[in-house]
Amino acid sequence: MNASDQKRLLREMIFYRRFEERSFEAYMERKIGGFLHLYSGQEAVATGVLEMARCGYDYVITGYRDHVHALKAGAPAREVMAELYGKETGSSRGRGGSMHIFDPTVNFMGGYALVGQPFPLAAGLALACKHKGTDQIAICFLGDGANNQGTFHETMNMASVWKLPVLFVCENNLYAIGTRIERSTAVTDQYKRVAAYDIPSSQHDGQDIDIVMAAATDAIAHVRSGRGPYFIEFMTYRQRGHSMSDSNAYRSKEEERLWMERDPLKIYGGRLKKAKVLTEKDIAAMEKSVLEEIENDVVRFAEESPEPRVEDLNKYCLDDQPDPRWIGPLAQGEQHG
Amino acid sequence: MAEIAYWEAIRRAHDEELAHDRMVIAMGEDIGVAGGTYKATSGLYQKYGAERIIDTPISENSYTGIGIGASMAGMRPIIEIMSINFALLALDTLINAAAKIRYMSGGRASCPIVMRTPGGTAHQLAAQHSARLARMFMSTPGLRVVTPRGPLDAYGMLKSAVRCNDPVIIIEHESMYNMRGEVPDKETFRPLEGAEIVRAGTDVTLIGYNYSVHLCLAAADKLAAMGVSAEVLDLRALRPIDRDTIRRSVEKTHKVVIAEEDEATVGVGSEIISVIIEECFFALDAQPVRVHAADVPVPYNRQLEKAAIPNADDVLAAALKVLGRV
Repeated sequence: MNASDQKRLLREMIFYRRFEERSFEAYMERKIGGFLHLYSGQEAVATGVLEMARCGYDYVITGYRDHVHALKAGAPAREVMAELYGKETGSSRGRGGSMHIFDPTVNFMGGYALVGQPFPLAAGLALACKHKGTDQIAICFLGDGANNQGTFHETMNMASVWKLPVLFVCENNLYAIGTRIERSTAVTDQYKRVAAYDIPSSQHDGQDIDIVMAAATDAIAHVRSGRGPYFIEFMTYRQRGHSMSDSNAYRSKEEERLWMERDPLKIYGGRLKKAKVLTEKDIAAMEKSVLEEIENDVVRFAEESPEPRVEDLNKYCLDDQPDPRWIGPLAQGEQHG
Repeated sequence: MAEIAYWEAIRRAHDEELAHDRMVIAMGEDIGVAGGTYKATSGLYQKYGAERIIDTPISENSYTGIGIGASMAGMRPIIEIMSINFALLALDTLINAAAKIRYMSGGRASCPIVMRTPGGTAHQLAAQHSARLARMFMSTPGLRVVTPRGPLDAYGMLKSAVRCNDPVIIIEHESMYNMRGEVPDKETFRPLEGAEIVRAGTDVTLIGYNYSVHLCLAAADKLAAMGVSAEVLDLRALRPIDRDTIRRSVEKTHKVVIAEEDEATVGVGSEIISVIIEECFFALDAQPVRVHAADVPVPYNRQLEKAAIPNADDVLAAALKVLGRV
């Protein structure tokens, strides 16, 4: 990877961190409602995996901690922020909110709040790729907690039997909301669990984006070559609570401190400084330009965008312009005895 | 025009839609090599292959989810659930995903799936194979729910459901697969909305859907012999409900019986009576009467099962009550 790509990647991760932290502020100002699940601390996983995928061509789907996956997949930051604000210009026209970012124009097929639900949806996207005969793949990002759902086992089984081109990315941040993995899960190494379905898998450090990219390259190559699914586990940590109402009372300060030292931005920024790709001053300038972009472009767009119209409440429930041949109503002549 | 069985009508619709569009697939338990529990997909595995007629493991929630995911990427899956009782396992992907994805994506994604599943009591299949559940699906925004009463609608509504861009639930019936009826030889589509006056009458409206339409028709015959002209209305679609056709019939007859095979609570009958009250309360000459199942899990014993499920005589008795003849 050349220096300009390395700088771009660092800037992207800084952007994602500042995007999340700025949405935290907007939430405290009550400009964002509902639940807000922040990705701070896990940036290297989505950024690194999707850097190696073909965004806009491959399908990407995830759970409710979805802002950064959507952004890296190619959803415009303005629209993602506007969605958090519930605006008509948002990614989901203000109907979805933080947990349901969608941008099918770049094949980002949504964030879902039912834990484990994206497993089968991802396998279905992969089934369509296989059926169409393209070399597209589906990439499903979920946390360790999702692996205790029935959909995990059902979907791993079918994905393996049908050799579907789907990459399952497990972001193991050690906690299912407030329950630590040892307390809820018999096999704590998640990559081992798919052995039951004969799916190849591996476990890697999720804080170092170089490691993530190297591992993702191999996994994606496996899936794209038509050899069936792959399950890749990244060990990571969310720096904030599960959602905004979470005080992290279940985690020790010492554990948090150790993981804060393994901040993915610090690790990558430090490496680029050491390699003389960037200086401390360059990084400070980068931070400044990110903050300006978020404030002057992204947040401003969200703030100034219009709310959805109440008259449009019933829009999007069903196809708004259905073909009357399939829908009806029944013409008088069609009535039969 | 040929007379064919309900299962043959479904099979023909599959065959035509699979031939018409390569993006149409069928998936479900035992639908391929085994030909389908009710023969509705028989021979299609041989014709279209394992990639398009997909035998699934017994994993209702996730194979429904796989169909939904595939539909988001342009496929047109027809998902068979062997019995509506098992559809309860698929409620998460069906109701939390398929029914909501268009809305929560602001219209940017859609899930054009078809789910076919038989409801209803058959012959002593007991509580876990006799559910009806139409009332549960009809209350879910984002779905279409249709209930074909015979081969023509079973054929033509399945074809429309495959073409339509919304998720469609087709509720069939365990006891109707061998029922015969005429279906045109030429390709025909039946709309997914609109109730149908199956038999015109002037004295009382008997409203049914799916199997209960046949109870209404049998009751109407008996009423005719007694000099009563009954109108029989097939709802055809439970979501959305055709309010206009219901209103016009009630304004004509002023008396209503609603027959459902399901339990009464928060049911099809309660919904239809609400519609009537909202649309044309002052057209009523008598209070509407519901004919429905007993409020118990369906029993195994033949006599108990018979007592739990309404029949044509129950509809007749309800009609006579509405008419003030008892």
